[in-house]
Amino acid sequence: MTNSYDVIVIGGGHAGCEAAAASARTGAKTLLLTHKLETLGVMSCNPAIGGLGKGHLVREIDALDGIMGKAIDKAGIQFRMLNKSKGPAVRGPRSQADRKLYREAIQDILFNYDNLEIKAEPVGDLLFNDDNTHIAGVVTEDGKSYQSGAVVLTTGTFLRGVIHRGDERIPAGRVGDKPSVKLAEAIEKIGFSLGRLKTGTPPRLNGKTINWSILEAQGADDNPVPFSFMNSEITVPQIDCHVTYTNLETHKIIEDNLKRSSMYAGHIKGVGPRYCPSIEDKVVRFADKDRHQVFLEPEGLDDDTVYPNGISNSLPVDVQEAFLKTIPGLETAKILVPAYAIEYDYVDPRALKTTLETKAVKGFYLAGQINGTTGYEEAAAQGLMAGINAALSTSHDNCDPFTLDRSEAYIGVMIDDLTTRGTSEPYRMFTSRAEYRLLLRADNADQRLTPRGLEIGCIRQDRAQAFKNKLDLLESAKKEATEEALSPNELREKNIHVNEDGVRRTISDLLRYPNISFEQLADVWPFMNDWRKDIAEQIEIDALYSGYITRQQADIKSFKKDENLKLPTDLDYRVVGSLSNEIVEKLERTKPETLGAASRIQGITPPALLSIMRFVKSNNKQDAQEKIA
Amino acid sequence: MSHLDTIYAPATLIGPAGLSVFRVSGSKAFDVLKALSRLDNTKINSHRAVLTKLYNPETKNKVDEALILPFKGPNSFTGEDVVEFHLHGGHAVANAFIKALQTISGLRMAEPGEFTKRAFENDRIDLTQAEAIADLIHASTEAQHLLALDQLDGNLAKLYMDWALNLKNILAYVEADIDFSDEDVPDELSSVMRPKIEDLILNINKHLDDNNRGERLRDGLRIAIIGAPNAGKSSLINKLAKRDVAIVNERAGTTRDIVEVALNVNGFPVIIADTAGLRLTDDEIEEEGISRAKKWAETADFKIALFDSSKVPDVETVSMLDNETIILSTKTDLSPALSAVNGAKAHAFSTNNEDDLSKLLSVLEEKAKTFFGFSINDNVSRETKNQTLITRQRHRILVEETKEHLSRSLSAPSVDMMAEDVRLAIRSLGKITGQIDVEDLLDVIFNDFCIGK
Repeated sequence: MTNSYDVIVIGGGHAGCEAAAASARTGAKTLLLTHKLETLGVMSCNPAIGGLGKGHLVREIDALDGIMGKAIDKAGIQFRMLNKSKGPAVRGPRSQADRKLYREAIQDILFNYDNLEIKAEPVGDLLFNDDNTHIAGVVTEDGKSYQSGAVVLTTGTFLRGVIHRGDERIPAGRVGDKPSVKLAEAIEKIGFSLGRLKTGTPPRLNGKTINWSILEAQGADDNPVPFSFMNSEITVPQIDCHVTYTNLETHKIIEDNLKRSSMYAGHIKGVGPRYCPSIEDKVVRFADKDRHQVFLEPEGLDDDTVYPNGISNSLPVDVQEAFLKTIPGLETAKILVPAYAIEYDYVDPRALKTTLETKAVKGFYLAGQINGTTGYEEAAAQGLMAGINAALSTSHDNCDPFTLDRSEAYIGVMIDDLTTRGTSEPYRMFTSRAEYRLLLRADNADQRLTPRGLEIGCIRQDRAQAFKNKLDLLESAKKEATEEALSPNELREKNIHVNEDGVRRTISDLLRYPNISFEQLADVWPFMNDWRKDIAEQIEIDALYSGYITRQQADIKSFKKDENLKLPTDLDYRVVGSLSNEIVEKLERTKPETLGAASRIQGITPPALLSIMRFVKSNNKQDAQEKIA
Repeated sequence: MSHLDTIYAPATLIGPAGLSVFRVSGSKAFDVLKALSRLDNTKINSHRAVLTKLYNPETKNKVDEALILPFKGPNSFTGEDVVEFHLHGGHAVANAFIKALQTISGLRMAEPGEFTKRAFENDRIDLTQAEAIADLIHASTEAQHLLALDQLDGNLAKLYMDWALNLKNILAYVEADIDFSDEDVPDELSSVMRPKIEDLILNINKHLDDNNRGERLRDGLRIAIIGAPNAGKSSLINKLAKRDVAIVNERAGTTRDIVEVALNVNGFPVIIADTAGLRLTDDEIEEEGISRAKKWAETADFKIALFDSSKVPDVETVSMLDNETIILSTKTDLSPALSAVNGAKAHAFSTNNEDDLSKLLSVLEEKAKTFFGFSINDNVSRETKNQTLITRQRHRILVEETKEHLSRSLSAPSVDMMAEDVRLAIRSLGKITGQIDVEDLLDVIFNDFCIGK
């Protein structure tokens, strides 16, 4: 019985760590299996968490009591709020991370997590019931079996991973780690269709060999804003990053050696992300640009390694060394680890339900890069959802699955995009993917999601209490902001000028005026100074967006109507009638869970949706009548 | 590309006529042909007419000898396999043919508009083109005919899709300003887009500010006949319509409701309304009629004002004259015509004089030419193409909505709200023709900027 668990999580990256914590937190006896304990929470690529769209994901993970936000708050060495001037909805919290501090923070959390056991035993195979319809456990590479009701698989870039650098091809999950080949075969055997993706990483440089004095510096924010709703301040020392640029000479060296790049020599079949192109791609595709930005990001407070963000490539080492010499500040820089590209297998995410459980095998969940995404935050968010659902599926209480839709969270947008449309390049979160962007803000992630988490029991006591306190404060401040009001005449006496129309305006109304500041109003209503900082910010933002939010809420209402019409997974689209073969094929490949999801599949026409809706509704009616009879 | 159900319907009116055409569309269309005829696959070639005898598959009775036009999908009207049966006209043939069709399972009578719906669904046409087909079928004047053909060519859809494309590019830049602000993209991308939005608003204004010409072309130019009771309004309209549509009675105030007559004035569709005689009255019902008449006259494109030649022009009617009003001095067979009313030229008019009627019609035609900006005889299609006209209220409302969102985007307090407004504008346009997708936006962003640190 000691080898039996509720949930087994395979993989100790960002998806796996978040999945294991979420599963344990939701009450499942959880086992995390990984290659090495010391690489739990390791950042394989850039040393940073958050950013545009990604910062939203971290806040949402935190709102559901996840671990990423807390870890980066202990490890962030350069906090910056991106898009500060572009509107609260698109602000993106981001921080450089001290790799060691981050890893330690994650390990510190996980090694002391209730319900969670962690073992360094690589998994070689999966166990199923007799007809392969339900997962039963895993077998390690050493042949040891573990039984479980659910398995969350997070393979990252390890699934048949191959590192490319010039002509070199090294089978690896990342530098220095073996790939998972057997697991790929196990997955293929069940019948999942695997695709191939590619990503790249720049060379790591020795910071002592960089000429910092001539480079432009970029500092952290004066008042770093924590990621976690549980933290009110950041105590990690903050440092600068530096910026340099490539030039025509750099580009010439790269162009002259294009044939020696793994990418351009045709060694790589996988598709890379367009928003994170290699330097070879940039030089070729944007030939008219005479320079490209390179951010020099320190990897830690007491670490001299520097991550030159912007020059990932798959060129041979001698070419990497040659072009670095042409970049200001890097003339004498020494490479610690050369750049490389990595190719790996991923599963077409249309094989998944919105719980991230596979449609084909019950209890089998996939999260992270295996689903075609890129980025720590995207991986962690999926891990969280898969972990929660794996735990719920094995609970004895017959719980409903936990899903988020496009109107509730960026997590919902991402999972809906993946499961309805699939992806042909590594998928990254952008704020422009969220149609209800003005509502789905980083600042209100807790108000949106913590109550949902409380319902299913994935929020622990300390956060539940803190959240309740915050809501109370918010409620009373909101009341004050919408009840306290003055007439234009009274306002004029206080030196605040609005249209003299005799209409009394509340604090909330007045906060909407671009020319009236919070401080001015606080002079009139001194109690506003007593509002906690985050509460005051909420009141201000709510006021700013009020008109837009009413409109978006109306949109959400009609969106929910389609979202609430569930489509049976065994629906035979051929009997619906008046659907073209092409449309039937698309629907059968994706098997959308709701009418809304069906509408987002490319090529599904409005008349087709109407036919499906009529068919399902009349069937539902028949079912109901039969029940009554 | 085929549907489960195969559908059929008569494409022409059934009755005594030279021909009666039936259309069958769907995956079984060719099977239907084989079941009814003795043709084999070698004789059935797409887009090739073939003459054959048709039989009822069950009774084996002969139905007709018909010309058959098979179309292999997707190169057909609906995008599915289509077979046209050109039968002899007449009820008996049609009934025998329908009976023969009913013996085949999986075949059913089409719902109204279902062929066009399938064409839309199979992406053969867009929404505005589907509307154009309906307009074409119902067109009764040359101008309506030309307008519908123009829209069927996709000119209206093209205009809106061009705008949507333009907006999509603008939004891509605004979104790049938001989602890639930490990247190497130019500063102030969203401010650079403002003049482009302003330009588009100007274009939209021009498109909207068309005197509703498109809707008028489709539904008819609206002309109100005004005048004092007994000025001869109803007689005029009856003369124009060549039939009695309004009650003509000597007693003043007979016409209490508005009577509309659709006319074809040398190719232009015109709706003429006979309105209640304008006078002060105590009769409540008549008063209601007068107020309706005034309202109709106010929204009309122009008016024909009638004055009884034997009387002094009445103040009520004179007060409604404007530069565009055609003034008629009526009943000139009884009294000499007035030469002018209120300083404007009056045309002599007697319902008994055919010349007067012809003159009036040519004045109306001139007015229509001026209003629509072209004449039917000189190369209309070229003229109408120069300015694509709004033909439906549905389009106008959505274009106005688009404009409203765009205007608001220019005064939005921050970039995220500006983007929201542009997105709403695109969605309004999309409702007229088709949709726009986030992935499209990202495509533009990645093609135009070097993104990626």
